[in-house]
Amino acid sequence: MYNSIVLVKQVPDTANISGKVMKDDGTVNRALLPAVFNPEDLIALELALQVKEKYGGKVTAITMGPPRASDTLRECLFMGADEVYLITDRKFAGADTLATSYVLSAAIQKIGNFDLIFAGRQAIDGDTAQVGPQTAEKLNIPQVTYVEEIVELNEKRAKIRRKIENGYEVLDCALPILLTVLKDSAEARPFSTKKLLAYKNAKSLMDIEKMVEGNSLLYADKLVQEFKDRGLFIPTITADDLDIDTERCGLKGSPTKVHKVESVILAGGSHIKIEPTKDGLGSLIDQLMEDHIFG
Amino acid sequence: MPNFFLDNTDLQFHFDNLDISEIVGIMEDDYEQAKLFNYAPVNYEDAVEGYRKVLEMIGDMAGNSIAPRASDVDLEGASYKDGKVSYAAGTVKNLKQLAQADLMGMIFPRRYGGINMPFPIYMMAVEMVSRADASLMNIFGLQDIADTIKKFGNEEQRLEFLPKFCSGEVTGAMALTEPDAGSDLQAVKLSAYQNNEGKWFLRGVKRFITNGNGEVLLVLARSEAGSKDGRGLSLFACYGDETVKVRRIENKLGIHGSPTCELQFNDTPAQLVGQRKFGLIKYVFDLMYRARMGVSAQAMGISQAAYEEALKYAKEREQFGKAIYNIPAVTNILLNMRTMLESNRALFYSAVNSVAIKEQTEEKIEKLKAEGKPVAELNTALKQMTKRANLLTPMCKYILTESANKISYDAIQIHGGTGYMKEFKVERLARDARITNIYEGTSQLQIVACLGGVINDILSEEFDEKAMKEYKGGLVRLHNVLKEIRMIFKDCLKYILDKKDPVYQDVAAKELVDLYSYLHTGYLLLEQAEKESRKVFIANRYIIEALASARKNAELIKSELFSDILHSDKILIH
Repeated sequence: MYNSIVLVKQVPDTANISGKVMKDDGTVNRALLPAVFNPEDLIALELALQVKEKYGGKVTAITMGPPRASDTLRECLFMGADEVYLITDRKFAGADTLATSYVLSAAIQKIGNFDLIFAGRQAIDGDTAQVGPQTAEKLNIPQVTYVEEIVELNEKRAKIRRKIENGYEVLDCALPILLTVLKDSAEARPFSTKKLLAYKNAKSLMDIEKMVEGNSLLYADKLVQEFKDRGLFIPTITADDLDIDTERCGLKGSPTKVHKVESVILAGGSHIKIEPTKDGLGSLIDQLMEDHIFG
Repeated sequence: MPNFFLDNTDLQFHFDNLDISEIVGIMEDDYEQAKLFNYAPVNYEDAVEGYRKVLEMIGDMAGNSIAPRASDVDLEGASYKDGKVSYAAGTVKNLKQLAQADLMGMIFPRRYGGINMPFPIYMMAVEMVSRADASLMNIFGLQDIADTIKKFGNEEQRLEFLPKFCSGEVTGAMALTEPDAGSDLQAVKLSAYQNNEGKWFLRGVKRFITNGNGEVLLVLARSEAGSKDGRGLSLFACYGDETVKVRRIENKLGIHGSPTCELQFNDTPAQLVGQRKFGLIKYVFDLMYRARMGVSAQAMGISQAAYEEALKYAKEREQFGKAIYNIPAVTNILLNMRTMLESNRALFYSAVNSVAIKEQTEEKIEKLKAEGKPVAELNTALKQMTKRANLLTPMCKYILTESANKISYDAIQIHGGTGYMKEFKVERLARDARITNIYEGTSQLQIVACLGGVINDILSEEFDEKAMKEYKGGLVRLHNVLKEIRMIFKDCLKYILDKKDPVYQDVAAKELVDLYSYLHTGYLLLEQAEKESRKVFIANRYIIEALASARKNAELIKSELFSDILHSDKILIH
């Protein structure tokens, strides 16, 4: 039996950027982008579920984000996670990777009882690939990045295959351990219809507060109990629940500062004609993404 | 990221207008099931919300996982080596995903591992899966086999087989056809015999068995030695174990992902399903409702796929300085395709509902009987429901499968030369469509099956009621046109009946059944047009064209053109 914690993140769908999403100053208007499950985190969850199927144990998915990140947690439940936690607080907002990994590691310690922590290699919005490793450092446990396969688990050790330049290596390491996984290491399973039907109405405290807003017939406390009784309550972890220094959280605890956002204009010799239509702009954006100019 | 549910506004229109509260109430035991299963709905709204989520999920899977694999599945196909059948790699992945998603037992009660979805929702799923890969429908859509076990088998058999279907551990096949028993299943020879202990065994050959390599086979066999007709046939369930030899698989025009097998049963142990001698006359007949609706859903899906390809290509392809979409002759083809697509879907879901209501009523009657309650009133209602289902099922199968051929044919036409090439999807769609109007009963057989209902004008009261309704605006004219078509139909029917000539009745059957379908579908579209203004265009094109066709049909029937069948030898063997 091996218990896993999976770090997941809700991200703007940068793979489907269309016309109006780009602001005049060259930044992305996130409000206009649909939010999706970070692709590599899906694979992290898949690997954790495979470990559970093969060896038994429990899979817990956690995310730090705004209240609407409960969408992503519901999807974790649909795929087969046993437990989910929403880590949310205004004090956590605006966090860079340092502040994020600080809160995550505190939350993981609070949840406890884990052998493996899975995370995607990186998120498609920031592309830093730092949160997983930093979390491992703060928990003072070993980490393996670029994971392709969990070859074997036995007793308190793991054999892990990771990708390296021109090949792969298999590492034998002690548990507990944090793994950051690559997109191609597995194919995420579809939602289980039974779980989708069972958990489609699962709600966090904030979701419930939103339901109650403007409806005098509903009481949050009563609803929370009702959702708990039906197994549909998504528990939240806030700053008050954790033994942390709030100075190290959120924007305050983030040394990363964006100095300037620049719209870089590359001078080129040739030009292509783009039709001033929605489709035309869409295809331009596709091209820019393919060339990794953004995305 | 195409989602085959969310991108299909017409399908959503049908979903939004589904009126299945009664069916769902019966299926969910007045929502008592929610106390036993956390994935059962607590009320009708909750049920519908769940159906929508499930359909959205299947739409995503169909559009983003199954459809991208379809070309490879077609190219690789199912294969046969050393007596073993293998699916194409893409088919294996598709089946695994469907099983992981708990979708292989959509229509079965939860106590057997299913998710208890109503038949119309299942048909929407089959439609979307078929749009993605028509050949996958032949495996995904075979849940009907287990349904026959559910309906006519005993509880022991249900507990033995159904959970295996639901988990995806097994797939099934329905083994009816033999080399000398195709359309005429009364001629089935494969023998079923009992040993001294009363155990059944099967011996003989079946041919053209879709997914015959499946692990559970439902076999129609002659249990009454010496008998000659359908009354000597019974239905059996058996495992596809080492006594069942797959002798070959067919090399087909289309649906390459679906293996079509020749099976040899060598004293295969089997279980009798239901009662002896009822195999063909009751169980297979009953199975045919759902099997034919399944093929109709397949045709619907192929039609949708072909239309989408044609529309996309017409907008992209430029000739004479503009997209061919803007060339009137092309636009007109597209409008015809779209009208056919939407009128077919109207007919389809009305037929699906008629089957669903009939089956739920049958179940309700069984339940009431068991409780010792009176059922006379329901029995009367059931009679009319059965008549409707008997008419609409074959009518739908006939119209939809012929249309799938026409729509995929037109899709190639819009592509021009490129459509003839393997690089484009439309040639596959045309090949896949071609079987739909042949298997589970050819179009000619469907027309025969419809004829009784049409000659007895069983929808007469419905049409009378609809004729009395008042419509507004542009619909008044269409309403009057439908009244005119009805006059034409009645006139033709009288002409045929007065002749008292069964041969003439058979040849004129197609024209007569067509006329009846214009009325039924025309009224459905008129109702849709009342709900959504865009639908007025569809109703208009369909009904006006139906009048022109109706006049032609009448002319054909009454001109005695068909009488030359009496001289067929002189004409044909010259």
